Amino acid sequence: MNVVEFLTHQWWLLVVVVLSVWPLFAQFRSLGTEKVLRTLDRRWIFLLMFWAVLLPIYYIGVTGDTFPEVPSVLSEATFDEIERLNEGDPVLLSFDFDPASGGELIPMATAFTRHVAEKKLKMYFMALWPVGPQMIDESIERVIRSDFPELVYGQDYVNLGFKSGNEGVIKVIVTNFRELYTTDSYGTAVEKIPMMEGIDNIQRMRLIINVSAGYAGTKEWVQYAVTPYPALRLVAGVTGVQAPLFYPYIPRQLHGMLGAIKGAAEYEKLVIDKYGGANPDPKYLEALRRMGPQLVAHLLIIGLIVVANVLYFAEKRRGATR
Amino acid sequence: MKRETAIWALVLILGVVALIGRAAFTETGMGREYVRAVPVPETGATQYETSTYGAYLQATAADQTQTEYQFSLARTVGLWVAAFFTLAVFSFLYGDNPAYKIAEGVLVGVSAAYWMVVGFWTVLVPNLLAKISPSVAQGWATPGLSGPEAEQDLWYLVPLILGVMLLWRLLPKGPWIARWPLAFIIGTTAGLRLIAFLHGDFLAQIRNTIVPLAVIDGGGFDFWLSLQNLLLVAGVLCGLVYFFFSVEHKGVVGKVANVGIWVLMITFGASFGYTVMGRIALLATRLEFLLDDWLWLIDPVQRRSADVALMLVGWF
Amino acid sequence: MKRLVPMLITAAGGFLLIVAYFIPYWQSWGEKATIWFDVLASIAFILGGGNLLKVHLKHVSDRSRGWGYSLVVLVSFLVTLAVGLGKVGVPPSPQFPAFAWSGPYGQPGGAFWFLYEYAFKPLTSTIFAMLAFYIASAAFRAFRAKNLHAFLLLGTAFIILLGRTFAGVLLTSWIDPSIWSGFQYFTGLRIEVLTVYIMSVFTTAGNRAIMIGIALGIVATSLRVLLGLDRSYLGKE
Repeated sequence: MNVVEFLTHQWWLLVVVVLSVWPLFAQFRSLGTEKVLRTLDRRWIFLLMFWAVLLPIYYIGVTGDTFPEVPSVLSEATFDEIERLNEGDPVLLSFDFDPASGGELIPMATAFTRHVAEKKLKMYFMALWPVGPQMIDESIERVIRSDFPELVYGQDYVNLGFKSGNEGVIKVIVTNFRELYTTDSYGTAVEKIPMMEGIDNIQRMRLIINVSAGYAGTKEWVQYAVTPYPALRLVAGVTGVQAPLFYPYIPRQLHGMLGAIKGAAEYEKLVIDKYGGANPDPKYLEALRRMGPQLVAHLLIIGLIVVANVLYFAEKRRGATR
Repeated sequence: MKRETAIWALVLILGVVALIGRAAFTETGMGREYVRAVPVPETGATQYETSTYGAYLQATAADQTQTEYQFSLARTVGLWVAAFFTLAVFSFLYGDNPAYKIAEGVLVGVSAAYWMVVGFWTVLVPNLLAKISPSVAQGWATPGLSGPEAEQDLWYLVPLILGVMLLWRLLPKGPWIARWPLAFIIGTTAGLRLIAFLHGDFLAQIRNTIVPLAVIDGGGFDFWLSLQNLLLVAGVLCGLVYFFFSVEHKGVVGKVANVGIWVLMITFGASFGYTVMGRIALLATRLEFLLDDWLWLIDPVQRRSADVALMLVGWF
Repeated sequence: MKRLVPMLITAAGGFLLIVAYFIPYWQSWGEKATIWFDVLASIAFILGGGNLLKVHLKHVSDRSRGWGYSLVVLVSFLVTLAVGLGKVGVPPSPQFPAFAWSGPYGQPGGAFWFLYEYAFKPLTSTIFAMLAFYIASAAFRAFRAKNLHAFLLLGTAFIILLGRTFAGVLLTSWIDPSIWSGFQYFTGLRIEVLTVYIMSVFTTAGNRAIMIGIALGIVATSLRVLLGLDRSYLGKE
C-alpha cells in the first residue's frame, strides 16, 4: 500500500488532523504569520509533535513499511563481540532499566537476548534497577520461551534478579558472586542451579551485555568491572541521553555500544540479516518501525528551530534599521 | 472560555461515542486481553499466562469448546485503566487538571511501595534475614536456600542495627542517631567513587588520549586517521585548558580556551541531537500502546491475526 | 561526640575500601563493607516509603490544600505495599507447594504484577514520554543562533538529527563516486559519515575533557568528606 492509498483508506484520520489544526490556520489568516509565531501558544507545538509521531506510527503499523538501515561501526562492533563467542560461553546480561526508557531499550534487550540465544551461549540475567527483573521476565517470555522452547532454565539461562546497592553490587560480584546472590529470582539456591557451578565471580563471564537507562548502569560497569579487570569485555545498549557521554570509553573500556533507537535499529538489522530468515518475526523489528516517527519528529524539530531563528533575525534586522 | 469548554465537551462526547462504537459495534472490537490457562500439577492451581487474540482465534477455530485460551476480564479492565492513566497524564499538556493530579498521586504511591517491596523480597529476606536466622527464612519464604550460602553469619547484625538507626530518622526525637548509618553510606560511597573515578575517568582517559599522531598503515602514511587523532588530542587539551580556571584566560591561553569552547559547543550540540532522539522514542512507545494494545487500530506484531490459525488448522 | 563518631565511621568506611583496593589481603573486609552498604540501600527504600507516609499523612490530617490527592497517594502506597509484601495472588513455587510465600513476588497474574503492569508501567512511561513535547517547545522558544558558539551547537545538532535518520542519508546520497568519480574524495561529507566523525572525534574530545574534570572534582570532594573537611552531610549541629 502506498501513501496515496493509505490516505484514501484512512480519510477519517486526515479529517481529524485538519480539524485539529484549523484554528491555528485561522489565526494565521486573521492576525498574520509573524504575530502568531511570536506569541505562539506552546500547546500548538505539542499538537504538531503529537501528529508528527502518531501519523508515521499509524502508517507503518498499517503498511509495514520501514526505512532501510545501514549499520554503523559501533553497532557492528557490538554484533561482532557476540558473534566471536562460542557455544556454551557464559555471558552476563544486566538489564539496568525500567519501562520509562523501554521505548529505546526494550528493542535492544530483545535483540541481545535473541542473538545470545541463537549463539547458544549461557545467559546469566541480573539487574541493578528494582524494575529490572520485570524487564528480564518480559525478555525471557518474549524471546526465549516463545522462540527457543528447547532452552532449559537453570542449564541454558538463569534469572538472578535485582540487588540494591548500585555500584556496590558490581564491586562485590566482580570478586564474589555468591555472597550476594544466594538464590536466583525464584528462590532456588544458587548451588542447586547447574549453570552456576564454577561461577564464583563475574570474571568467568566471556562478555558483559548491559542495557542501561542511567544510574546505575554502563558507567558503573566500566568503572567498577572493566577498568580494574581489563580482561572483562563489555558491550552496552544505552539511551540517547547517555550515548555521547560514553564515547570517551570506546574502544578500550567499552567494546561496543548501541546508542538510542538508531543503534537499536542498526543492531536489529544485523541480527535479522544473520538469523531472521526471509520473513522475520515482526517483534524483532520494533526499533526499525520506530525510526519512522523519529525521522518526521526530527524534521519537525529542525523546522521549528529554523522558523524561530528566521523570526529572530528578521526582528533583529528590523530593530537595527529603526 | 465558555467556547473552549463547549469544544472540549464536544470532543469528549465524540471520543466516548467513538470508543463505545469501536468496542461494541465493530467486527474486531478493541482493548481486550486474553490469557492461556496452564494447570500447575504440583500445587493444583491454574496459572494464567499472557496470550493474544490471535492465539485465541487459532484455538477456537481448531476446537470451539476449548477453554485453554480465554478472555480475561481483570486484565481487560487493567488495560482500560492503563489507557485512561496514559490519557490523564497527556492531558497535562493542555493544562493542569484533577485527572492528571490523581494519576500523579497514584504513580508516587505505587512507585514508592514498589521499591520497598522489591527491596524487601530481593535483599532484606535473602541477604539479611537469611544470614542472621537462616532457619526462619527457610521455614517461611526461601525454603530453597541451602549450601554454604545458607550458613548463619552474625556479622550481618551490623547492617541490621545500622538500618534500624537509619529508620530513626522518621521519628521526631533523636535525629543524631541516623547520622551513623548515613556516615557509613557516605563514607563507603566516597571510598568507592574516589578509586573508580580516578582509575576509570582520569587515568584511563589519559591513556585513551595517547593515540598515534602519525598513523603508518601498511606501507603508507594514513592522512585522515592521523588528522582525526590529532584533532582528538588537540580537542581534549583545548577543552581541559578551558576548564583550568586558576589561570586567566588571556593571550595564548585565552585563544586555546576559546578553541576548547568550540569543541564543547560541538559536544553539546551532539548531546542535544541524541537527547531529542531519545525523548521521541519514548513518546512513540506510548502512542503505539494506545493505537495497538488499546484501540486495536494497528497490529504491527500480528497479535490479532487469525491467518496463521487458518493455515495451521489446514495442516492438522 | 555526636558528630565525631559519624565522622570516624565515614573515614573508616571510605579508607577501608580504598586500602582494600590495593591490598588483596584486606579484600574480604572491603567486600563485607560493600555488602553492608548494599543491604543498607534496601533499608533506605523503607526510609523513603516511610517519609512519604509521614508527609502525606500530615497533609491529610491538616486538611491542607490538595489533601485529597495526598489521600490518593496514601491509598495507592498502602495497597501496593500490602499486596506486595503479602504476595497476594501469587501461588506457591511449584518446587515448594507447602510454602505459601515461596513464589516470586512479581509473578504474572498476581496482584502486585497487576499494579506494576496496569498502573506503574503506563504512568511512569507516559510521564517520561511528555519530555518529547517539552523538547519541541524548548527548541522553538530558546534555540537562537545568536553567536558563533550557538551556531556551532545548532549546526552540529542539525547534522546529528539528520544523520541519525534516513533523511540525512537521502539528502547527501548524491555524493556517490558512481555518479562522478571526483566524489570519492568527498564521501566524508555525507551526513551519516559526518555524524560518525563528529561523534568519534569532537564529541569524544569534549566529553573526555569534561570527564577528566569531573573525575578530579569527585576525587577532591570524596577526599574532603573522608578527611572530615566537609561535614555538610551531618546536618546542623
